[in-house]
Amino acid sequence: MDLHVIWFILLGVLLGGYAVLDGFDFGVGILHPLAKTDHDRRLFLNSIGPIWDGNEVWLVVFGGALFAAFPDAYATVFSGFYLAFMLLLFALIFRAVSIEFRSKMKSTGWRRAWDFGFFFSSFLASFLFGVAVGNGMMGMPLNRQGIFIGDFIDLLNPYALMAGAVTVAMFAMHGAIYLFLKLPQGEARDRVRGWMWHCWGIFLVLYIIGTMYTLVAIPRATVNFRYYPWAAAVVLLNVLAIANIPRSVHRNRPIEAFASSTVTILCLVGLFGIALFPNLVMASNDPANALTIYNAASSAGTLWRMLIIVIIGLPFVLAYTAAVYWTFRGRVELGEHSY
Amino acid sequence: MDLDVVFLSRIQFALTIMFHYLFPPLTIGMGVVLMYLEGMYLRTREPIYEMAAKFWTTLFAVSFAMGVATGIVMEFQFGTNWAPYSRFVGDVFGSALAAEGIFAFFLESGFLAILVFGWEKVTPRFHFFATCLVAIGSMFSAVWIIVANSWQQTPAGHKIVTMVRNGTPVTRAETADFWAVVFNPSTIERLTHTLIGAFVLGSFFIMSISAWYLLKGRHEDFARRSFSGALIFATIASLAALISGHSNAQMVAKYQPAKLAAMEGHFTTGRGDLTVMGIPHPAERKMTMHLALPGMLSMLAHNDPNAVVIGLDKVPREFWPPVGITFYSFHIMVGLGMYFIALTLLACFLRWRGTLFDKRWLLRIFVVSVIGPFVANEVGWVTAEVGRQPWIVHPNVVRDVSGNIAFDAAGMIQYQLSEGLLTRNAVSESIKGSHVLASIIMFSFIYLLLFWVWLYVLNDKIQKGPQPVKILGDKRKGWLSASAARTLHEDSMSEAKDPFGNGGA
Repeated sequence: MDLHVIWFILLGVLLGGYAVLDGFDFGVGILHPLAKTDHDRRLFLNSIGPIWDGNEVWLVVFGGALFAAFPDAYATVFSGFYLAFMLLLFALIFRAVSIEFRSKMKSTGWRRAWDFGFFFSSFLASFLFGVAVGNGMMGMPLNRQGIFIGDFIDLLNPYALMAGAVTVAMFAMHGAIYLFLKLPQGEARDRVRGWMWHCWGIFLVLYIIGTMYTLVAIPRATVNFRYYPWAAAVVLLNVLAIANIPRSVHRNRPIEAFASSTVTILCLVGLFGIALFPNLVMASNDPANALTIYNAASSAGTLWRMLIIVIIGLPFVLAYTAAVYWTFRGRVELGEHSY
Repeated sequence: MDLDVVFLSRIQFALTIMFHYLFPPLTIGMGVVLMYLEGMYLRTREPIYEMAAKFWTTLFAVSFAMGVATGIVMEFQFGTNWAPYSRFVGDVFGSALAAEGIFAFFLESGFLAILVFGWEKVTPRFHFFATCLVAIGSMFSAVWIIVANSWQQTPAGHKIVTMVRNGTPVTRAETADFWAVVFNPSTIERLTHTLIGAFVLGSFFIMSISAWYLLKGRHEDFARRSFSGALIFATIASLAALISGHSNAQMVAKYQPAKLAAMEGHFTTGRGDLTVMGIPHPAERKMTMHLALPGMLSMLAHNDPNAVVIGLDKVPREFWPPVGITFYSFHIMVGLGMYFIALTLLACFLRWRGTLFDKRWLLRIFVVSVIGPFVANEVGWVTAEVGRQPWIVHPNVVRDVSGNIAFDAAGMIQYQLSEGLLTRNAVSESIKGSHVLASIIMFSFIYLLLFWVWLYVLNDKIQKGPQPVKILGDKRKGWLSASAARTLHEDSMSEAKDPFGNGGA
């Protein structure tokens, strides 16, 4: 397997890790306004309290890795999606502020305002990630230098908006399952149980619509299945994982449900990768202008060195992540250091 | 209205990086103090150390969170606003940035959670371990980001490659020797100076809050000990900043003569005088209100009071950095640095005489002096970055066989133009001025909000103060152990949690 492909997969791993980890953070934020009492809202917030910050690092490292391995794609995507990306950064910062400061004052007005901030920024960030993936699937108009030549408003097309909606529903479902896993026994947890069904139902409907829309509108999405028949297994796994969510919820196995929604997200990221490969940014005007893992890459020497850095660094990263999740295992409790 | 995308992008970068940079040096500086306090707690098991560590950790954590939230922007802004730059340097600069992510960010953010939320969940030993990892992680961050930035200042270890892609030629820098990139000529000097700047800020921050407690008569023993410990740290760091500043000046003289000339308002090549004050007039190429120490710039840059220092007259006009900003920011930094040395030495003298804490006027000065290192850290970077202009990647100057700077027929210094990139050519092709203006307004809004909220929470935590324990007054041994205190043996650990310290009062 050549270096370029390895880096394509590594970026997929970073993106998938980010989607799974920050996905439930966003989901908790999207469901946050549904919590009834202030105590419940604090439980929601503190279920992700110690870990949301670390989860966001996956995005930052994804950005850094894309910059190092495929600088041309990094430059084109982020300058092309300029306003959308600035809005996303706004949402991510605003979300951090909302989490940090919501519980610092007792006033109801203060808390209501930050509660809304937490919900809105989580919703907006999820939606924008979906819109970005949707546009990635569609491709963007590029000139021969690989520079975006479209208009910002083109990014808000029906397909991308649909992808945004799927992403919001998926993260809400993932977040509901996460809450079911983390909340202490009680009324709040019982209500989350009901939400899981609703979120799953909405996600299923949107997922089916999205799949059909993709098959009709994006012929490029299925081309790679001809070259890589094993890719069909990803689709099968995806369907099985989605089907297993209600089964595990019904049998009261939250860990299994969470694993299933995790696999669902990973499969969708994987399918996104399969649809793109070997492109990073598809050119909607002329396929020859696409940025691929070959023409947008850094030099072979740099890809090698970066791979060594990853091989040295990744075991540490996994060890830290495991240590932190292990420390904060179990159900949420509110203490003096909580939000 | 025609909006200048280059200018607006520079404003946006300056705004976002300068706001971000309020926090990293503060947390790097405080991280060292936290390691010391928790290490002492583990060794002695005296509750006062635990109390102090817990208090400073709360302030550390809220500042660290600010640094993380504002740092996300930095990671993506190269792509959004500076796409041609990203394409040109990605192979070199991107690697350093990615290494920072893998080696530092996960370490910091993961263990920060344990630092803040883990007091009851992990053993004190593991908590200390987490503190060390966060502190070391923040220094790793500094290492990689300064490697990346220093390469932009003094490129080394790379080659310029032109290739053809989709029928169009593409020129970019590629890493040839990774370790030469990492240890490029300015990395070590600049890293040292940056870390020292962080230590000055961290220690002044602690002294400021401690001095405020002393003036208010609250938590006095805790405050006295914190102040004394931080004072030693601040004094050493302030003196070290002077020494490292000197060697930085020598490095700049060698690799970026135009920057040094702009820093000093040195328009005419010849003996360099060190400006104490003055107003540079780049158009007329002269200084007014000029007060300078004769020969001291030559001394600073070349260790010889008669050495020739290259002036701006030897630099082609198109490659001059903005003289005013570079000059003023540099002199504000130097002036503040001298102020830190004077203030800390005076405080050390009074501390030795035993009268420091009776001097309320001096404590008042210390309360407000925390602004000094914040400003000094910022303007130091302004000097470095604005002084690099008009280049975004500063090319090396052409040298003769013996390594001295070579001059062309007109007596001008020359640059290896192919390896440089001008800032005005580095801005994204696909963005519009109105978009950048919109994002500047958005960032200004959210950063104002963030800043207000940060001050609010800091104030709240400071008002609440540390949870006091009963302390034996005058059993200090030396200055190092003076930053903490001894407690009565019969004091139990649980009394450390007594919110008003009424245990024995």
